[in-house]
Amino acid sequence: MSTVASPQATAPPGSPGAPRRVGARRLIRESTLLRSLGLVVALAVVLGLISGGLSPYRNLQLAYGGYFFATLAGLTVLIGLSGQVSLGHGALMAVGAYGTALLIGNEGWALVPALVVSAAATAVVGIPVGAAASRLRGPYLAGATLALAVGLPALGDQFPGTFGGENGLLINPPTPPSFLGASFSLERWQAWIVLAGALIVLFLLYNVVHSGVGRTWRAVRDDEIAASLCGVHVGRMKTLAFVISAGCAGLGGGLLVVATLSIAPSEFSLTLSLSLLTGVVLGGLGMLSGAIWGAALLVLLPNWTSDLANSLSLSGNVSDNLPFAVYGLILIVAMLVWPSGIQGGLRALARRAWRLTAGMRGGRNRTPQRGGNA
Amino acid sequence: MLEVDALTTDYGAVRALDRVSLRVEPGSVTAVLGANGAGKTTLLRTISGLVRPSAGTVSFDGADITKRRVEDIVRRGLAHVPEGRGVIAELTVEENLRLGGLFRGSEAAAPEEIYELFPALVERRGQPASRLSGGERQMLSIGRALVARPRVLLLDEPSLGLAPRLVAQIMAMVRNLADTLGLAVLLVEQNARSALSVANRGIVLNLGRVVADQAPEQLQADERLRHAYLGF
Amino acid sequence: MTKFIDLTLNGVSTGAVYAAVALALCLIWRATRIVNFAQGAMLMITTYIASAVINSTGSYVVGFVVAAAAGLLMGVLVERVLIRPVENAPPLNAVIVTLGLYTLMVAVAGMIWGATPRSFPSAFSIRGYDIGGTRILFAPNDTFIVLVVVAIALGLAALFRFTSLGLQMRAAAFKPEVAQLLGVRVPRMFTLGWGLAAVAGAIAGVLVAPSVFLGPNNFDPILISGFVAAVLGGLDSPPGAVIGGVVLGLALSYVSGYEGSALAPLAALAILVLVLMIRPGGLFSVTSERRV
Repeated sequence: MSTVASPQATAPPGSPGAPRRVGARRLIRESTLLRSLGLVVALAVVLGLISGGLSPYRNLQLAYGGYFFATLAGLTVLIGLSGQVSLGHGALMAVGAYGTALLIGNEGWALVPALVVSAAATAVVGIPVGAAASRLRGPYLAGATLALAVGLPALGDQFPGTFGGENGLLINPPTPPSFLGASFSLERWQAWIVLAGALIVLFLLYNVVHSGVGRTWRAVRDDEIAASLCGVHVGRMKTLAFVISAGCAGLGGGLLVVATLSIAPSEFSLTLSLSLLTGVVLGGLGMLSGAIWGAALLVLLPNWTSDLANSLSLSGNVSDNLPFAVYGLILIVAMLVWPSGIQGGLRALARRAWRLTAGMRGGRNRTPQRGGNA
Repeated sequence: MLEVDALTTDYGAVRALDRVSLRVEPGSVTAVLGANGAGKTTLLRTISGLVRPSAGTVSFDGADITKRRVEDIVRRGLAHVPEGRGVIAELTVEENLRLGGLFRGSEAAAPEEIYELFPALVERRGQPASRLSGGERQMLSIGRALVARPRVLLLDEPSLGLAPRLVAQIMAMVRNLADTLGLAVLLVEQNARSALSVANRGIVLNLGRVVADQAPEQLQADERLRHAYLGF
Repeated sequence: MTKFIDLTLNGVSTGAVYAAVALALCLIWRATRIVNFAQGAMLMITTYIASAVINSTGSYVVGFVVAAAAGLLMGVLVERVLIRPVENAPPLNAVIVTLGLYTLMVAVAGMIWGATPRSFPSAFSIRGYDIGGTRILFAPNDTFIVLVVVAIALGLAALFRFTSLGLQMRAAAFKPEVAQLLGVRVPRMFTLGWGLAAVAGAIAGVLVAPSVFLGPNNFDPILISGFVAAVLGGLDSPPGAVIGGVVLGLALSYVSGYEGSALAPLAALAILVLVLMIRPGGLFSVTSERRV
């Protein structure tokens, strides 16, 4: 995976001669590294506790959410921050998934090295794709990645020997280490592995997003010409975003293998890419927390719709297609009515609440107000 | 006859026009002057309906056109030649002219009349407008506006990017149109001197407000005003 | 040698269909600067409608006409309801809306008609012409396809060049604000553009259905090919769309014939990437400056 810029804890701004006192609160506010570390550790503890109380089925769902999150986080950064829309991330997940499955199944590698290497390999695949993508604008990029999504499964059909053809590949389940006890279920272990991977992605992306790289991406997204006039190497930055998101998708694919233990080409079709797009749009483009909502959607919705279809005794045709009808509606409605997604909506609410309570905090709210609007 | 009353236009939190009032009689040229950002273009865009005002009214021959759509305002006989000429480069000269008269039916002027007015366009009639020079484009855009036989003509900086001799020609022609066709002309210009040379009245805008509304001679005589707002 | 001729003729016929879809995409792009990723799904639905009509009335002609009419209605509704709100938004929004529409339409088609592809009748015989004892891979139905697409292309060209409506549509497409100032009802012109494009797409769907069969996802490669063809010729250029369609049809026909049909989608992708890298605006594009 490409290098990530991690900011140092910044020294507090102060006039020369002012005492350099780095209080704990200020450190947390100004050090992205510490903040993200704290966030990830806290989440790890919370998730670990939650998974303890869940049934094997629910733990597996947690695992599904985890690998979706890994992919969605990278995708939302790509689309929302660097402004490049990709319909090819389903295919990139396939690269990571097949890489992991082949390394573990055929070559007998251990789990973690297999995951790391296939994620890295996917990132490497992302280099030429990203370089090409960086030269394309909006609809052209969407169209090209769409063509990729439609065309790539054909590759799998061309080489049935390696890729297991229509039936796909299976791997052996990872066994939980003995120190966790005999009652530690397999599903819970799967969930732990996947969530660990997801948290690593969160940690890395959080730091990248809040660094100079993240700011440069936003500048490129908002106005490429202005950014390049400021000395930004636009092509390189866009490619970097693509490569990073490809690595995330690759890891997501590998974690998918850990969670489902079997993969087939049909899982990685255009439908997957469109589902991923729906996830990031619903959650809120460009926001890592939005990826959590998106992951929840992708895991829970198919179950809800099939339950709904069963309770209404709808035909198989309807229940099969219902999730995707809903995804389509979400994409349309979100763009027409609520473009900033769930997380964006929550943030707007929070901002309003912050301003309203500004008085209670004794006027420390320094956001400049424009003529009369609250 | 065009009448604007206390017109106010806002772009978000920015007030671009602040209670602007003016009147343009048929057969007269009213020059609207002022520095960049004074609101001159916004004034024309609000009158023709491209921008919605926050307050105030615009009346055309007694009828209130403030809330009407652009297409409807224009079809009543108001023509707006926008900043940058608005010549459609992908269409031919003749097609540009035809476009001007589509909605006036038999009342529209035939392209031939325009060619009489602007002989330089005749030899280019079948060529795409992208091949025209700046001056020719200006003639085309004014000619296109005239095809509709408008009663009110809004001109936004016709002198932009043109050589001085051409500017003088254009201004003389504007004066001529007002006199012979009885047009009510609202002429926005940064080139205050040439605009005032053909105007019946001069209005100076600053930060969206009218700071002077006088006869040209009075404006030209007022040195302080000239230096502050007109640049000469 | 016969194989080459067969593949060429076949390429012309499939290319005609790609040209029709490319024309549809081109019309919409010129009018509203949007790539309609739902075009393939839209024409899929109108073809299902045509199939139902043909089955109940027994008449191909009625089905054909109904498909075109349904296309017109669909194009008008989609633009008015879904696209109008995002016409002035960042391009990403329109991309997502059209993709969402695609997803929704394919799902709904699956719900109503199921995933199993069904057959669709052709207007004329699909048995190749017999030329001096050899049967070539070009049938009366292919002649019909080519003639229909040529008629569409000429019809649109005539509309734009010779009618005042066409002049208004072009003005609205090139400079919407200036067109407004000349009295053109620009939003209506956009709606009309989408409607005409949908008609062209619907006809393309009916023409190609006999060979690709009718199923919710069966027209996806057609959309991709139409898009590649449009980009090849330049999204701004209707003649380019037609030429791009034929060129792509030939190229994919040769690839399928000599290398295998599974590689055709990848060949389309390769052509697309190649064109976009070399001439991002398409082969017939004119470099225009971008106002900063």
